[in-house]
Amino acid sequence: MDRTEVYSRLKGVFADVFDREVELKDETTAADVPGWDSLTHITLIGAVEDEFDVKFAMKDVVGMKNVGEMVDKIIELADE
Amino acid sequence: MNNRLLAYPFDANLIMRKAKALRRDLSASANLIEKRIAVLGGSTTHDVIAMLELFLLDNGIKPVFYESEYNQWWEDGVFGNAELDVFKPDVVYIHTSVRNVKTWPAIAADAAAGDLAGETVGKWRAVWEKIAEKFKCPVIQNNFEYLPYRLLGNLDAVDRRGRVEFVTRLNAGFAEYARTHDGVYLNDINWQAADFGLARWHDEAYWCMYKYAMGKAAIPVVAFNAANIIKALFGKNKKALALDLDNTLWGGVVGDDGPENLELGTETAVGQCYTEFQEYLKELGRTGVLLNVISKNEPENAKAGMNHPQMVIKEGDFISVKANWEPKSENLKAMARELTLLPESFVFVDDNPAEREIIRQQVPGAAVPEIVQVENYISAVDHGGWFEPVKISGDDLKRNAMYSENAQRAQLQSSFADYGAYLDSLEMKATIKPFEQVYMSRIAQLTNKSNQFNLTTKRYTQEEIVRTAADAAFVTRYGRLEDRFGDNGVVAISIGEMKGDAMELVLWLMSCRVLKRDMEFAMMDEMVAEAKARGAKTVRGFYYPTAKNGMVRNFYATQGFTKMSEDALGNAVWELDIAGGYEPKNRHIKIERS
Repeated sequence: MDRTEVYSRLKGVFADVFDREVELKDETTAADVPGWDSLTHITLIGAVEDEFDVKFAMKDVVGMKNVGEMVDKIIELADE
Repeated sequence: MNNRLLAYPFDANLIMRKAKALRRDLSASANLIEKRIAVLGGSTTHDVIAMLELFLLDNGIKPVFYESEYNQWWEDGVFGNAELDVFKPDVVYIHTSVRNVKTWPAIAADAAAGDLAGETVGKWRAVWEKIAEKFKCPVIQNNFEYLPYRLLGNLDAVDRRGRVEFVTRLNAGFAEYARTHDGVYLNDINWQAADFGLARWHDEAYWCMYKYAMGKAAIPVVAFNAANIIKALFGKNKKALALDLDNTLWGGVVGDDGPENLELGTETAVGQCYTEFQEYLKELGRTGVLLNVISKNEPENAKAGMNHPQMVIKEGDFISVKANWEPKSENLKAMARELTLLPESFVFVDDNPAEREIIRQQVPGAAVPEIVQVENYISAVDHGGWFEPVKISGDDLKRNAMYSENAQRAQLQSSFADYGAYLDSLEMKATIKPFEQVYMSRIAQLTNKSNQFNLTTKRYTQEEIVRTAADAAFVTRYGRLEDRFGDNGVVAISIGEMKGDAMELVLWLMSCRVLKRDMEFAMMDEMVAEAKARGAKTVRGFYYPTAKNGMVRNFYATQGFTKMSEDALGNAVWELDIAGGYEPKNRHIKIERS
């Protein structure tokens, strides 16, 4: 799975969870997206896991710093 | 039940992901009733509330929530807090789980010593009692699911120090309390977790990271069940089943295969499945759900099938049978009219996807389970939660009998040319008395369930009914009607409020199963007599239109009242002058009074 495909599917997940289009790039963090609070984050992580049929380890969830790292982790898990 | 995504078996993850859009769509529906729900949590309740909101909206209830601070269920419950007091909940939902059991039997302790289970239940009981005293509203309480591990292996279920055994005892204590106290309802998450799969239910990462009591995919299950209890409390249960015959109640097509070749009975695996499905439905009928048939068949073929020796549900167990070639949506609407039910009170069970689709489109509000394989029929009907009984009353147990008695009455009626002579032949006897303790729950149930013959559609909780009955400013009467075919139970409720020299009828309702029996006249005679005894000169009635109570728009005109005012929305005030005398209107019912 390449980054372009991951990004395109990720945008679909964000659009559902936030109920609107969200601009995403590698450096995007929760602080850049209105409404991305800790509770929405939980829903988001769950929805991302379902979309890509992956399960993040707890340390991954705690460690992700931005969207780019999330994409890296998705590619890593999906390719296993 | 209108949104396909929220119908069982739902995709929990998809609902969670699309929650915002679902909420937006569902909130736009018309005729939502608002209810105030306090959620007191022992874990993070954010998503529980989000899911509860969706399922309630889907049932026509618009919830307004109070959410306790994290894990403040006990403090809020026992000590209260100002915000919760002002909130005045209609329902309190205590969302606790096995994660909130803080003290477990010690392995080193004497297994027989003390009553830790009793003390633990007592901690919860303090909250239930406090809420009952303060808010006088229903409480929904989760019981406990099992832990995802067993320190003692299989002995965990046996030894008093085992946690499986301990949870079992706690759950028995909770159930005992709910069984013996009105207004406390268990949300059985123990069964839900078993059904869901305990290993999938628990998610240690979600607990450690977010303090979620159960994994994300289990949250909609818990909320769905809690919502089913709430909608049942507010009268949103379905009441009847409309069942297809061919490949739904039996395997095969009776018109093509002949009744002797139907798959039914224990000889074949497929026949066994149909038999078990019928056994399930027959039991459901015994709880008060009305069993009916809508089948595309020649009437004589349908009859031959229903008289198959292996049928568990006998022809006489069905209240109404429509076997013809008309569209099923038309049959369903006609059946609803005959049984004086609303079409949306039905659950439509049919193996044919095209028929299901017609009902979904033509009868919005009716429930249409996706039954696909006969081995899954029971689960598809059962898990929908459409009939969720919160209590089984004597009337529920007799309901099928009452409706078949109605069918006999209809037959008798056709043999009389004069309607009055027919009514006399019924030998009706009514008991009309002030509210009595034994009927409080039935009375509250009626105020929440009656939509059509209901002038003000005012809903009461059981606690409010009890309070109103005790208040000297109110006149309360219930009416119970018997006739030669049987006991109809409590079918009419009236509440008058004394205001100066007038009595205002704040509640006037009647069950549609006794329409055109003159029961409403008997009730009015009794209410007017009491109004006079209390010195009233006027009886004032109100009609507040809803989507469903059009049949009583002119009720007060037929009772001899005069319309005093009516606003643009159709809300009307009617008055009857009783100072100059009142001519009793009931001619056909013998009355037993207080």
